[in-house]
Amino acid sequence: MAQEITKLPTRDIARGQAAQSTRATNVYRPNSDIYEDENHVVLVTDMPGVAPGDVDVTLEQRVLTIRGRLAAERPEGYRAIYAEYGEGDYERAFTLSEDIDQDHIEASHKDGVLTLKLPKAERAKTKKIQVKAA
Amino acid sequence: MLLSSWDRAGWDPFGEMQRLKSEMNQLLNGAGAVFSTRAYPPVNLWLGGNSVVVTAELPGLSSEDIDISIAEDTLTISGKRALAANDNQVAWRRRERPLGAFSRTIELPFRVDPDRVEARCTNGVLEVEMHRPQADLPRKIQVKTR
Repeated sequence: MAQEITKLPTRDIARGQAAQSTRATNVYRPNSDIYEDENHVVLVTDMPGVAPGDVDVTLEQRVLTIRGRLAAERPEGYRAIYAEYGEGDYERAFTLSEDIDQDHIEASHKDGVLTLKLPKAERAKTKKIQVKAA
Repeated sequence: MLLSSWDRAGWDPFGEMQRLKSEMNQLLNGAGAVFSTRAYPPVNLWLGGNSVVVTAELPGLSSEDIDISIAEDTLTISGKRALAANDNQVAWRRRERPLGAFSRTIELPFRVDPDRVEARCTNGVLEVEMHRPQADLPRKIQVKTR
């Protein structure tokens, strides 16, 4: 399981904290799916417009932070006449309730979607306990 | 409905007005509900000299997954967003990413030439560049002096 700790409103414009951000840009909370199977916790996050090289994932203790820097690419020679989505960086943090095997985290980024496969640590896995008949 | 306003007393204009008012309110309420659901995908429009660019956020979709069609001055973007994992085999903890088939038609500021359309998809952002047809461009007319 993962507990949300990001304090940004969903998909709405929120300023990055002055201490963290040196970029004059909006910071968005990206939409995320989290699911779990027997051995992994998988986090899937939408970060449209972010190139694979601009994603930053950190896991410290149990706090997982994901950041994506937008490579602002505006059509050259065009001016904006109508906007439904804002462009900016993405940031979100989760607290994981399981112990994660930090050395075997797999991260991939394709078509603006970040997928993090977090293997559960050996001791966090559910163990079946044999009940012996006395 | 029509019969009720032709009561024994004949046609009742006030009753009719009341009925119209309530029908209008119903209609407006319904419209409010339709507009409050956000259209997907969200788009931005950019205007150039004789061309227009539509960008749309479509994370997880590559160029093969997106269908684009153009008719006169409308652009239609359609496709389908798939679930990240097999539903039966995992336990969901959080599900925020939009899901399923979508289709959206966007009205452009002018007619565009369907033969001169460039569509690119990079990092989950679709960019469609469209140009005005040559015939629609403003032409300079020489003024002759006699």
